[in-house]
Amino acid sequence: MAKVYEPEGGSEANRPSPRGASSPAALVRAAPDPAFTVTFDGRTLTALPGQSIAAVFWAAGILSWRTTRAGGEPRGAFCGIGSCYDCLATVNGRPNQRACLVAARPGDVITTQEGTGHADLAV
Amino acid sequence: MPTSPSDLAVVDLAVVGAGPAGLAGAVAAADLGLGVTVLDAGERPGGQFYRHPAPGLRAARPEALHHDWEAFATRASRLEAHCRAGRVTHLAAHHVWTVVRDAATGEWLLHAVASGPGGEEAPAMVRARAVLLATGAYERQLPFPGWTLPGVVGAGGAQAMLKSGLVLPGRRVVVAGSGPLLLAVAASLAAAGATVPAVVEASAYTSYARELPALVRNPGKLGEGALYGGGLLRHRVRLLTRHAVTAAHGTDRVEAVTVSRLDRDWRPVAGSERRMPCDALAVGHGLVPQLELATGLGCATRRAPDGTLALDLDPAQRTSVPGIWAAGETGGIGGAQLALTEGELAASAIAYELHGTPRPRRAAALVRRRARLRRFADAMAAAHLPGDGWTGWLDDATLVCRCEEVPAGRIREAVADLGAHDARSVKLLTRAGMGWCQGRMCGPAVACLAGGGPAEDRRPLSCPVELGRLAQLPPSVS
Ligand SMILES: Cc1cc2nc3c(=O)[nH]c(=O)nc-3n(C[C@H](O)[C@H](O)[C@H](O)COP(=O)(O)OP(=O)(O)OC[C@H]3O[C@@H](n4cnc5c(N)ncnc54)[C@H](O)[C@@H]3O)c2cc1C
Ligand code: FES
Repeated sequence: MAKVYEPEGGSEANRPSPRGASSPAALVRAAPDPAFTVTFDGRTLTALPGQSIAAVFWAAGILSWRTTRAGGEPRGAFCGIGSCYDCLATVNGRPNQRACLVAARPGDVITTQEGTGHADLAV
Repeated sequence: MPTSPSDLAVVDLAVVGAGPAGLAGAVAAADLGLGVTVLDAGERPGGQFYRHPAPGLRAARPEALHHDWEAFATRASRLEAHCRAGRVTHLAAHHVWTVVRDAATGEWLLHAVASGPGGEEAPAMVRARAVLLATGAYERQLPFPGWTLPGVVGAGGAQAMLKSGLVLPGRRVVVAGSGPLLLAVAASLAAAGATVPAVVEASAYTSYARELPALVRNPGKLGEGALYGGGLLRHRVRLLTRHAVTAAHGTDRVEAVTVSRLDRDWRPVAGSERRMPCDALAVGHGLVPQLELATGLGCATRRAPDGTLALDLDPAQRTSVPGIWAAGETGGIGGAQLALTEGELAASAIAYELHGTPRPRRAAALVRRRARLRRFADAMAAAHLPGDGWTGWLDDATLVCRCEEVPAGRIREAVADLGAHDARSVKLLTRAGMGWCQGRMCGPAVACLAGGGPAEDRRPLSCPVELGRLAQLPPSVS
């Protein structure tokens, strides 16, 4: 299983700033629809409707959710737009999902990406 | 959707990409009476610049993260109106992986993968008389020790995650690399509550001074710069030019970065290093046009002033392949305004070619605006061309290819000992560029280390595709 970073206090970066400056949500005056939960390797995370799985992780202070094949290095989202494939995760049993593209849905079961995922691909 | 290409209805124009260029192109083409199908990998139109929160996040003020939101909002609502009237079909979450010419009819077949909400995939096909490629760009990355640590993210990537998911990678975020996008990223991160200790820019903005005429002809651009600048001042963000992040430190995630002064060639100056604590680094060295669909079709490219390859286009936005047009960053990095302008110009050229529709009156003004914006873009691109000395911040253990985990030392060995002199031979010898991202992340760096020019965006397919799907390609067209 991947080593996953969890800072003290979880989603600190995404809470309103103590300096009275804004959070991302405050900046655009977001009043999201009701939150729901997903699980990541058994841990329950809160998701807002429309957030990608990577955004749900970042909101929880989780920056890595995979380890590399050769070096066992932790990785998470890098390019944020679907081109680097660093953010791969297994979602509801389906491997090789780009967490930065796939929207979280209520009850999603997300697990650490296992194996290379190259087996069924042409490239 | 029919699965045999011969059953497909043919549309006048297929637009790949619904960013500023594709959106403007599709709307203008439909205004001129063309039947249009737009395919975009994303869920919502907007591309990279107008990326915005999903409806469920109920953002009352999405424009807080964008300049010129109006230009997007009006086109998005016109797109919807055209869709309702049946003039435009918008295929969202459709990634086009190849475009082929049907030899029998001369029409184009676009093969796409449609992704469902649960990640399930289905094949889709569109048949069109003309194609507008508006596939935009991805970020140029230059590796440095520690760049694979969690918390080191693309600068545009941090911006994209913020704009769509309303999240930040950390609380104290250093922004580094090169190019005007860094200022936009730093301004949004700071506005969204992050502390940005510095924007670390490898080149010197003063080199724009030589291009003052181009700047003066672009008051809009200056205004935008001032806006970012104003935001940065308000949040006390320091701009360090001729500096680079030459290492990121941490075990499970980034905890600090080393910032070094650079000489004119971007070589780190020994003894100038200082450590800057942070919990995230947003880094990027400009953008690279996303060309694999175009180069797969044989469209000619040119070397842009920022060192990237861009499509070689004529004044009507035509590529060198008849029937294939392009607009926006595929023709060279130039920003959202230029992309909007080019999309609209391409639409009028296509309507003229297909239906003989006279050019709209505003075309002349658009042509002038395009010339002005391109000149400005070229001036900026030249200023942010990476200096050769950047390889001085790589140690042999630094991974260059993130996917296949190929370190710089192995690439240097392939060049020095095994005689590899271009990205292609390095790739064959080391596997750099052979992984999931197909060289998008390491390509520019590998080309530099190999000493050749930029490698062409030659990917057999635009995204990984299951073997079974390839087998479905009709033999007459593959
Ligand atoms: C990550 C990132 C963040 C950026 N953020 C900013 C910013 O904050 N401010 C700024 O001024 N500029 C930003 N830019 C620059 C921005 O790309 C341009 O200014 C502008 O968006 C270019 O418009 P475009 O229409 O040419 O391309 P894009 O806006 O990139 O649009 C291209 C579209 O094509 C789609 N696409 C690509 N390939 C395929 C395919 N094969 N099949 C289907 N669809 C496809 C993409 O999903 C995308 O929607 C960013 C660029 C990147 C890469
Ligand atoms: S972060 Fe690059 S593909 Fe998801």
